[in-house]
Amino acid sequence: MNRLDPSSLYLSSLYQLTATRFKLTLREPEAIFWIFVFPILLALGLGIAFRNRPADVLPVGATTPQFVQALGADKGLRATEMDEAAGARALATGNILLLAVGNGDGVVYRYDDTNPDARIARLIADRAIQVAAGRHDAVEARNQLMHETGSRYIDFVVPGLLGMNLMGSAMWGLGFAIVDARAKKLLKRMVASPMPRWQYLTGFLLSRLVLLAIEVAVFLGFARVVFGVPFRGPLWQLALVCVLISLVFSALGLLVASRARTMEAVSGLMNLVMLPMWILSGVFFSASRFPALIQPLVKALPLTAAIDVMRGNMLQEIPLSHMMASLAILLAWFALPFAVSLRIFRWR
Amino acid sequence: MREKGNQLAVDTSRGRAADSRGLCIRGLHKAFGDVRAVDGIDLEVGPGECFGLLGPNGAGKTTTIEICEGLTTPDAGTVELLGRNWQQDANELRQLIGIQLQETQFPEKLTVEEVLRLFRSFYRRGMTLDEAIALAQLEEKRRARVGGLSGGQKQRLAMATALVGDPELLFLDEPTTGLDPQARRHVWDLVERLKQAGRTIILTTHYMEEAERLCDRVAIMDHGRVIALGTPKELIATVGGEDIVEFAVGPPTAHLQGSARAALDAEALKAIPGVQSHRVDEALHQLSVSELHTAVPRIFAALEEQGVHLSEFRTHSATLEDVFVRLTGRNLRDE
Repeated sequence: MNRLDPSSLYLSSLYQLTATRFKLTLREPEAIFWIFVFPILLALGLGIAFRNRPADVLPVGATTPQFVQALGADKGLRATEMDEAAGARALATGNILLLAVGNGDGVVYRYDDTNPDARIARLIADRAIQVAAGRHDAVEARNQLMHETGSRYIDFVVPGLLGMNLMGSAMWGLGFAIVDARAKKLLKRMVASPMPRWQYLTGFLLSRLVLLAIEVAVFLGFARVVFGVPFRGPLWQLALVCVLISLVFSALGLLVASRARTMEAVSGLMNLVMLPMWILSGVFFSASRFPALIQPLVKALPLTAAIDVMRGNMLQEIPLSHMMASLAILLAWFALPFAVSLRIFRWR
Repeated sequence: MREKGNQLAVDTSRGRAADSRGLCIRGLHKAFGDVRAVDGIDLEVGPGECFGLLGPNGAGKTTTIEICEGLTTPDAGTVELLGRNWQQDANELRQLIGIQLQETQFPEKLTVEEVLRLFRSFYRRGMTLDEAIALAQLEEKRRARVGGLSGGQKQRLAMATALVGDPELLFLDEPTTGLDPQARRHVWDLVERLKQAGRTIILTTHYMEEAERLCDRVAIMDHGRVIALGTPKELIATVGGEDIVEFAVGPPTAHLQGSARAALDAEALKAIPGVQSHRVDEALHQLSVSELHTAVPRIFAALEEQGVHLSEFRTHSATLEDVFVRLTGRNLRDE
């Protein structure tokens, strides 16, 4: 007992509980997919869909050769000559965004002003036609283009996906395993043995942390290598934050699983808890876009705080000491569910 | 541990009931809502004894054994095991007893060895993995996953997890329920080896042949009470004869039509030397009989005399089933 050689560690119940839990997770092929493969596929898909492309060339139509020439002079447009009837059809089918129709000395633009691309086409087309007709700029203007890493959509969405993944794997990992053990009377058998109850739950948390290290390293490594997502804040702080977030959602998973007797019951509860966060916590777009009325609710959600802290660290290089409010929310979401679930946990 | 137990026995002077190496239950009650699952039970189990709780489903066997195991709190009554009780010595007791519960499912994706290593890690002292695996005769399945084991192998694994801590008191709750006859015999062999090794065992079962074969003493339970207690031999002797004769009466012969069944004179049968009692259950007549070899010819003669046509006739040695039938008028396994 008082010696600390490797064999006594091997024989210790906490080590065995942790190792058993870890093995069981790795032997579940579905779990491996959801924890490791799915977030990478999602990041890959989003990265491709929202990759920064050169500005689009917008297709437009015109009824006269003069207009076509004037429009074609702008690199942002590709102009085709067509009569009004053909132009109307092309507009309707989305082949062109705008049709310039000669009208005496003037011009009429036909386009759908609810389509942002069509509105841009209107601005460029009008500028091209006015310049061709001899307009001069009153103020000289030049462009300086910014394609900086850290301000792209993929940079924004990677911390969001990581937060969502940490939530899912911790909650499903704990919740399902506990309810499964309860439904199969294994939990009852375990507490009939001399196993200390705290070790059973701690074993879950420890094996989760081992998996977490792999999970975070694989996902962020992928985001770094494939998309060049930046890590501006200190990595140790990011690691600390990931551990805290995983503990938060483990505690929440424990709470959700503390009474349920069937897998159906726990699945329903899980979705009830996670769905608001998938929607409100700013995984795919900034949570600040929601109405001011529900902002207090949005900000109090653990996933919102988790993603805010990770974005602060990775993108804005904010030290943890300046994100105390979010960290306090996370700590509260860890302590409260953990304390409550230890009280109400059903062991049999 | 065993030495310590002996010392406790010397220190306490509560007589036989307080044998510090056995189990003593006094005035046990437990109700679930309106159902009185355990309704006043007193039992004593001595060291080295294999004690059986026999009864139909719902008789209160599992509730009783789970109270002894410290998994259920009784409404009233005391349980003392190994000179200790659950209120004060729970942690120590958990180290000293081995438990096999009904219908525990171990994780399908763990191997036999991994399950046992996990359970072994909970005990301060106990068997080596090899010993436990050998005892349960699972050597060949050592690295097989639980999901690939047969019902009997799973049950022996469950017993091995109860044994890894080298318990002084072993609780087995329906160890063979749901097993095929061969797997059942395999589990019986294991229990018999444990008995020979001198372990104290308390098991529940609703198979009378299991209780007869394995148990030194049996308590027959019904509706939360013990309705009979003794060695299987003693209990069977209460039936009044060593053998049971069962017969059924067929369609009456032509000249006695209409009156045949009523005409069967039970008193005439009971008058035969060796016939102890008669009862009818769903047209099946049962006689408990001693001196089977002389009684049977006389039974045939008596039935012949009454002009009764037999459609069935068989005999078997009296069993605990017959004890239960005599005490309750019901069959053990119909429940």
